[in-house]
Amino acid sequence: MSTPGYRELAVNGLWKNNPALVQLLGLCPLLAVSGSVVTALGLGMATCFVLMASNTAVSMLRTVTAEAIRLPTFAVIIAAAVTCTELLMQAYRYPLYEILGIFVPLIAANSVILSRAEAFARRHAVLPALYEGLMMGLGFTAVLLVLGALRELLGTGALFADMDLLFGAAAAQWKVVLFDEYPPFLLAILPPGAFIFTGFIIALKNLIDQRLAGRPRARAEPLARESKRVRVTGAMR
Amino acid sequence: MNELSRAVSRNSLLLAGFAVLTAALVAGTFLATEARISQQRRAAQEQALRQILPRAGYDNILLDERITLPRGDPLLGISESTDLYLARRRGIAQAVLVPALAADGYGGAIELIVGVNRDGRIAGVRVVAHRETPGLGDAIDPDKSDWLKALRGRSLGNPAKARWTVRKDGGAFDQFTGASVTPRAVLKATARVLEYVGENHERIFASAGQGEAPEP
Repeated sequence: MSTPGYRELAVNGLWKNNPALVQLLGLCPLLAVSGSVVTALGLGMATCFVLMASNTAVSMLRTVTAEAIRLPTFAVIIAAAVTCTELLMQAYRYPLYEILGIFVPLIAANSVILSRAEAFARRHAVLPALYEGLMMGLGFTAVLLVLGALRELLGTGALFADMDLLFGAAAAQWKVVLFDEYPPFLLAILPPGAFIFTGFIIALKNLIDQRLAGRPRARAEPLARESKRVRVTGAMR
Repeated sequence: MNELSRAVSRNSLLLAGFAVLTAALVAGTFLATEARISQQRRAAQEQALRQILPRAGYDNILLDERITLPRGDPLLGISESTDLYLARRRGIAQAVLVPALAADGYGGAIELIVGVNRDGRIAGVRVVAHRETPGLGDAIDPDKSDWLKALRGRSLGNPAKARWTVRKDGGAFDQFTGASVTPRAVLKATARVLEYVGENHERIFASAGQGEAPEP
């Protein structure tokens, strides 16, 4: 299988095949920790790191792992990467780790990571695999970040609260209060808000895609019968 | 050996090899971070305790002066082993920090730490963990509102025990708009802590700390 170029990998991860918006993978942490920018960014960065580590390891070991046992091997690699990330996070960002709680170990169950190992890393060389992991991770983090910013802004009327948990004491001043005396908007803070805003972001992405394609997607050719269930939004290829 | 069993044993060995390798990696990371993690955990605990008692009120290291209750106490709502922390100034116990669980929160148990001064008045109350509704019940969170500060200086008798609840129930404290279950649970748990400290006052404040539990 020929390796796609770096540019194509970047476009795929960040936009065309974005794990959160197009593949709709890893939605549980996406919805659970996107209540504020700092938690969203924290988990996004941790996921990105795990994705890069697991992609690299899977690719490095791709000639050794037998086809029959590849899934357990991936599981072991991913679990190890997540455990190490968890330990490092506890050592260097303990308060943030406390807030993210169970969602850090749960990165191991994030389907994005296994799907990248299976679909890309095991068939490609180390460098493209590492880069692909970075791009998919950034795509995931970007969506988390947009969602976190939207929910924090609409839910609390402020942005970038508690950023010192991630970037050290100097970042404590980063909080921007956009509306004083803002009554908390519950829908944005609670899980239903996460679902609704994710829906809006997906719709916006599809709208932009349509504009770029220059014609309404709804009129496009009917979906192919053999289209895969896993790609639920956006163009099926 | 036929081909199948050869493949099976080769794969098992391979998998075992992976397991050993990754376990070694995890173990290495663990050893490298262990000291720092326990130091961070301690700092976080110390930080939490400091928000209850002002630093000027004591001169010992709180985390080093604990009284362990091996079976908890029904008044605290805790049945496992738990630690009380003693704050001393010039060797004299000034206040005690007592963990408590309010099982009747709206979203499950609410974990509290209550600081009680030697004279039985509250030094401060802090919610450590809760799952109350954001925007309604989470006003018990010191980051969200000052409600908990109203408890400072109160004691059992100020108000009387029966009035340690929300105004809606004839109590002396405000409920939140749209949420009275949460503050009620916190108030009752705090009152029970005061009761506990009252009952065990001598054992707690005479205790040298670090040593044996005041057996109930």
